[in-house]
Amino acid sequence: MRFAEKVATVTPAAPARRVRSLSDRTIAWLFIAPTIVLLLAINVFPLIWTVRLSFTNYRANRMNVPLRDVGLQHYNDILTSPDVWAAMQVTARFVIATILIQTVLGFALAWLVDKKFRGHGLWTTVILLPMMLSPAVVGNFWTFLYQPQIGLFNYVVSFFTGIPPSSFQMLGDLTLSPWAIVLVDTWMWTPYVMLICLAGLRSIPDYIYEAAEVDRASKWRQFWTITLPMAAPFIMLAVLFRAIENFKMFDMVNLLTGGGPGSTTEVASITLKREAFEKWRTGYSSAFAIILFVTVFGLANIYVKALNRLKQR
Amino acid sequence: MKTLTIAAGALATSLVCGAGAAHAQGKTITLCWAAWDPANALVELSKDFTAKAGVNMKFEFVPWPNFADRMLNELNSKGKLCDLIIGDSQWIGGSAENKHYVKLNDFFAKEGIKMDDFLPATVYAYSTWPKGSPNYYALPAMGDALGWTYRKDWFSRPELQAEFKQKYNRDLAPPKTWTELKQVAEFFQNRQIDGKTVYGAAIFTERGSEGITMGATAALYAWGLQYDDPKKPYAMAGFTNSKDAVEALEFYKSLYKCCTPPGYTNAYMQEGLDAFKSGQVAMQMNWFAFFPGLSKDEKVGGDKIGFFVNPAQKVEASTLGGQGISVVSYSPNQAEALAYIKWFAQPDVQKKWWSLGGYAVHKAVVEDPNFTKSAPFAADFLKAMGGVKDFWQEPAYAQLLLDMQKRVHDYVVADKGTAKEALDLLVKDWQKTFTEEGKI
Amino acid sequence: MSDNVTAHSVVEPSSLTKRIAGILVVLYAIITMVPLGWIVLTGFKSPPDSISYPPKIVFDPTLEGYCNLFTTRSRQTAEYLASLPPPSGTCESIARARNLVVVSESKFVPRFWNSVVIAFGSTALAVFLGTLSAYGFSRFRVPLKDDLLFFILSTRMMPPIAVAIPIYLMYRELGLQDTKLGMILLYTAVNVSLAVWLLKGFIDEIPREYEEAAMIDGYSRLQAFRKVVLPQAVTGIAATAIFCLIFAWNEYAFAVLLTSGEAQTAPPFIPIIIGEGGQDWPAVAAGTTLFLVPIVIFTVLLRKHLLRGITFGAVRK
Repeated sequence: MRFAEKVATVTPAAPARRVRSLSDRTIAWLFIAPTIVLLLAINVFPLIWTVRLSFTNYRANRMNVPLRDVGLQHYNDILTSPDVWAAMQVTARFVIATILIQTVLGFALAWLVDKKFRGHGLWTTVILLPMMLSPAVVGNFWTFLYQPQIGLFNYVVSFFTGIPPSSFQMLGDLTLSPWAIVLVDTWMWTPYVMLICLAGLRSIPDYIYEAAEVDRASKWRQFWTITLPMAAPFIMLAVLFRAIENFKMFDMVNLLTGGGPGSTTEVASITLKREAFEKWRTGYSSAFAIILFVTVFGLANIYVKALNRLKQR
Repeated sequence: MKTLTIAAGALATSLVCGAGAAHAQGKTITLCWAAWDPANALVELSKDFTAKAGVNMKFEFVPWPNFADRMLNELNSKGKLCDLIIGDSQWIGGSAENKHYVKLNDFFAKEGIKMDDFLPATVYAYSTWPKGSPNYYALPAMGDALGWTYRKDWFSRPELQAEFKQKYNRDLAPPKTWTELKQVAEFFQNRQIDGKTVYGAAIFTERGSEGITMGATAALYAWGLQYDDPKKPYAMAGFTNSKDAVEALEFYKSLYKCCTPPGYTNAYMQEGLDAFKSGQVAMQMNWFAFFPGLSKDEKVGGDKIGFFVNPAQKVEASTLGGQGISVVSYSPNQAEALAYIKWFAQPDVQKKWWSLGGYAVHKAVVEDPNFTKSAPFAADFLKAMGGVKDFWQEPAYAQLLLDMQKRVHDYVVADKGTAKEALDLLVKDWQKTFTEEGKI
Repeated sequence: MSDNVTAHSVVEPSSLTKRIAGILVVLYAIITMVPLGWIVLTGFKSPPDSISYPPKIVFDPTLEGYCNLFTTRSRQTAEYLASLPPPSGTCESIARARNLVVVSESKFVPRFWNSVVIAFGSTALAVFLGTLSAYGFSRFRVPLKDDLLFFILSTRMMPPIAVAIPIYLMYRELGLQDTKLGMILLYTAVNVSLAVWLLKGFIDEIPREYEEAAMIDGYSRLQAFRKVVLPQAVTGIAATAIFCLIFAWNEYAFAVLLTSGEAQTAPPFIPIIIGEGGQDWPAVAAGTTLFLVPIVIFTVLLRKHLLRGITFGAVRK
């Protein structure tokens, strides 16, 4: 649980080692500086530039148009645009749905794997494979699996349910397409949640269960009073990481639906990409980028605070 | 046999007149275009250029759904990837104003390349900016328009002919109007042919790039759409969202609803080809560019395929496709790139280009008395090119296009609002863009 | 994860529970593997087989997909084909049989090579920088240490598209757009946060006493770092390197926006492999398979460290 601690509490620096002062300090800076310089150049400087651009009418494809300050107009436009709000809602629904499903499924899987049946190590590795793969390359292939008629997915569904395979279309249907992307995301990332939950389950010392057995607590009760609460910080951590990742979601959805049909699956990153790299409204999209960053950063911070409070209990 | 002689002739002439071979031995230039059948034909054609001029050719082809994004990104980043680019007609405004393309007037004058030698509609659409002015930024490379293919073998079945005649009191033939087209599509929708369920028509519904706009405008233009007031440029209210435009868009949606294959919510040229080649549809909307390949197809080519021009409704009109070839101003190899254009503009090369599957628009090719008989779609191509209409070619075209993609797709595929509302919103979007542009 | 088998009898699940759990997990694993298996199979189908209805499980395997992955072809008339010299090589013969002529090699090999260069280049750089910083953060009192560490991590929270906007403008000015160097620097910057956090964890676990003993023996701080700490951290560095490699290998958003040809990697390229009609699924599947194989190997190698890697070192067990 180091991460959460580090994030939430600014602990005083580790107890001072007696250092051979000057040379060590020089080494410390020599070692750390290159990383910081790189991050300043590739992350911070561009971020500041983005902030600056967000107040202008700049367009990256119109270099000969004079730069003009527009003040907060872009921010105002974005926050009042129904299209942007629609995209934010799509993103929120996507994040919530994937997290709910993946947490339940991932935890259940972890709980099963924790039963330590024969060969669980091998099968765990197999289960983990999808999350290591490129979401773009694999997401692209899912469009093939989802083809009505020729795709394997529809065929399998029809095999088990008797519904004709060409009678539904996962990627093109208004109600189904959000679920199509949730399904692929779940396929890819449930193992991730499982892995973290497994660590949580394994962190519970056996003696607690033994004590519960002595008290004749039922398995059901043990689960609710021991397993779940003690694994909770791990689950929350998994939720945090998944939420940040899916809030940023671009590659998989871009290849699966490209935001369609209509704008049903247009998550915020896709809107941003359209504004920035297709419409080339650089100033406007800079403002949008800042808003997104503040949102994810703010939500993550609030969440970490809550997580920490939970841990201290 | 004829193609062979043309090819041989082209080869012979290109071997004889070795202009441009003097410089640039061993240099390599890169040509960027969309990844599609004609591009591969161009690779084959360009081998002659390498043989003659000693300049090696590299190619970067990007599929249509990503083509505009990727190439405009490349141009905007002043990239040196492409020396030559065969860019879409709508890019010309932005590329000329932002000086991505080299202006070719002096070069044309020096080399004696005359724009009068090319079909006027293509020169207007692919080469000039401001539109119609004698400022050339490209050489017309590939003429193209939206057209239709149909299953000739199905249309000619006597039992279907009889049934159709009884139902609609006319022959089952390529439709002349959109109303007829929809009747034919309805006639075929969900019909069993050779034990397989088939569907009426494959039309464009793609969301990501330009698909549904190109498809819907095929109907809109046939209903006589004018984007703005001819007397007052950029005055779009009452034009883009006129009563006829609303009717046309409603019609397009009804065609989508009644007569497309299942899962047809995000289809563009590639999906159309797949549907047609796999025998799923009776008719297919697509670009003429694909027709040479389709007519040679193993399964549906030859006698089984027929072609027709975009049907009329209130007027005759076709959505314009096609591209001109331009020299990228960031290229360090402009001399070689210009040599390529000079080579490409020769009548014999243009003839071979047509024979390999590219739509040459040089008058030496299209005004050849044998042209209309040289391919089953050649006559239709000329007819379509006579009445083409293009989307905005403004520098802000990408934004205008994306707005239309969204509004039309939301209405047609995602069932949001009415056609009137969609077009009203579109006019608002466009007014906003043109205001930002300082044009209104 | 799996080597902890010292379960106590009271807590040890019954063999029935184990069996049921095993069956369920294996079932899930198999379902998970179906899409991947389908990718591999599709790579060996002919284009018509790949789009047949219903999907074919039994089919005649062919190398056409792999041929199509490595070449581009054009459909031509029989007369034109007859005018060409006879086909040389398997792929050309396969193409001719379908009235196609191979016009050139495809871009797959160069794109794949770009992926290799960029992934390894950025990994080497990120691990190098990361090891130094991690050591610095682990062993020295650095002012604002936690803020710096948090800052390093927070750079990972930005949506890639948002980062790409200013990077695009910056690279345009510097001439770094569509260059391997530009992509290596960018991926290094993204990966260095992961490297610092992971490696700090690994180095924290190496007892300070080792270095102290070495320094008492007369080693300088740098020598102690090189000769004592680094050898101890080798496993951690290797694990970190593989994680960086996987990120750089899989990355799509930056690659699709900032590269167009010279430096384009495989992920933005594979989805746009098209055949005559739509996507050439056997070729796409073949490319996908070749692209995934290294990752599968890495995953197996990494399985003991996966947990640590995916949580930025937050969970270590």
